[in-house]
Amino acid sequence: MKSDKKLIDDAGKRLDGRGPEELRKIKIEVGVLHRASGSCYLEWGGNKVMVAVYGPREAIPRHTQNLLRAIVNARYNMAAFSVEDRKRPGPDRRSKEISKVISEALEKVILTEQFPRASIDVNIEVLDAEAGTRCAGLTAAGVALADAGIPMKDIPVACSAGKIEGRVVLDLGKEEDNLGDADLPIAISPRTNEILLLQMDGHLTLEEFNKALDFAIKGCNAVSEIQKKAILDKYQSVEVVE
Amino acid sequence: MPNEKRKIVFPSQILGDAKSHKAGRGTFIEEGKIISQRLGILNVNSDYINVMPLKGRYDPIVGDFVIGVVEEALSSGWLVDINAPSPAFLHGEEVPWDVEFGDAEKYLNRGDSVMAKVLQINELKKMQITMKDRNLYKINGGHIIEVEPSRVPRIIGKKGSMIALIKKYIRCRIFVGQNGKIWVDGDTESIERVLQVIHKIESEAITFGLTNRIEELLKKDARNVHL
Repeated sequence: MKSDKKLIDDAGKRLDGRGPEELRKIKIEVGVLHRASGSCYLEWGGNKVMVAVYGPREAIPRHTQNLLRAIVNARYNMAAFSVEDRKRPGPDRRSKEISKVISEALEKVILTEQFPRASIDVNIEVLDAEAGTRCAGLTAAGVALADAGIPMKDIPVACSAGKIEGRVVLDLGKEEDNLGDADLPIAISPRTNEILLLQMDGHLTLEEFNKALDFAIKGCNAVSEIQKKAILDKYQSVEVVE
Repeated sequence: MPNEKRKIVFPSQILGDAKSHKAGRGTFIEEGKIISQRLGILNVNSDYINVMPLKGRYDPIVGDFVIGVVEEALSSGWLVDINAPSPAFLHGEEVPWDVEFGDAEKYLNRGDSVMAKVLQINELKKMQITMKDRNLYKINGGHIIEVEPSRVPRIIGKKGSMIALIKKYIRCRIFVGQNGKIWVDGDTESIERVLQVIHKIESEAITFGLTNRIEELLKKDARNVHL
């Protein structure tokens, strides 16, 4: 898409005043839903995401069960009111794909072999969307899983990088995503920096790709700190020291 | 325990070195480091590092006393929901009645609650429970409440001290299942008071000096003390 809109001004600032390596503002709340085993509400710039985790519980229908490990069912859904034009409700091709890649990313960190024949259900509900909802959803899912007390090797975290006007930048905003040249969302296991999810939309040269990946991993590590702080804040506040 | 904070850890937090300590429950070893698997409270016991879960599904251990709800009567036994990731099997031979093959429905049916003991768990986490032990019955009357399974040890207290305390001040019968289900029987007022106390224990489970505070609470509106 061609547009005359300038995404980066002469001083190197982006549309919302961020520098190339700056994240949008992130707020995480843990344990917001009572019926779910674990839950998380996350705001990432203009994104608002709610995640509820249920289980481990018996997988139904029974033929989906795995005798040796738990299955992870993530369901990514965008609310009808989350975008400017009304989004037709229900699963579509895009949300099915995102559900699948998020399920697979989460499966890699959860110790599924502890719960044979069970399922762990992760419901990701996007209430408000402003580019990077899959990253926001996966990041919130990681926190909700920890809140549910599910054993895992790491708290997964996601972040995107991309290219706008020929420059590699971190965490694309809405206009940058729509008018930019490329978008690279990744999810990592922050303790080991292993990649759990990597998608790319648009074109990057190998050099640009490596730079974007480097940016995104740095972004993930920064978000990971916010995740951990949110979890500790929630549970340490219960403590009474005598 | 002295005036030290209970330390809360999150999954992936590095807890110690595998050379100096052993990895206990809720931890795993990677590259010579002991790492937490889950959200919980750090517990270092001699040379073992454990993480006691704060939240999460009930993880059955053989010998646990639990309260279960019958899900389905089969021909040779019942499937019982004990809050674990999958239902447990209660065999017709493992109940205090003489059940003939195919007659399981006559004794227990969907929705009935029973007290039981975890008999065995195999590698696939298939569980068998039994009612052939001291004081295990089908539950008639009373009230069942659910608490977070990880809080059960606090509700029972050291060697049952907390339960003994409640029984001392309130006239009631209590059976605490390790799976987080608690059965309380008595008159309406007593049940109400027991529920209040249990809620307080549950919400303040990770604080110190809880037993003393609960005793004060119980003393304040105790009618008569049962010794």
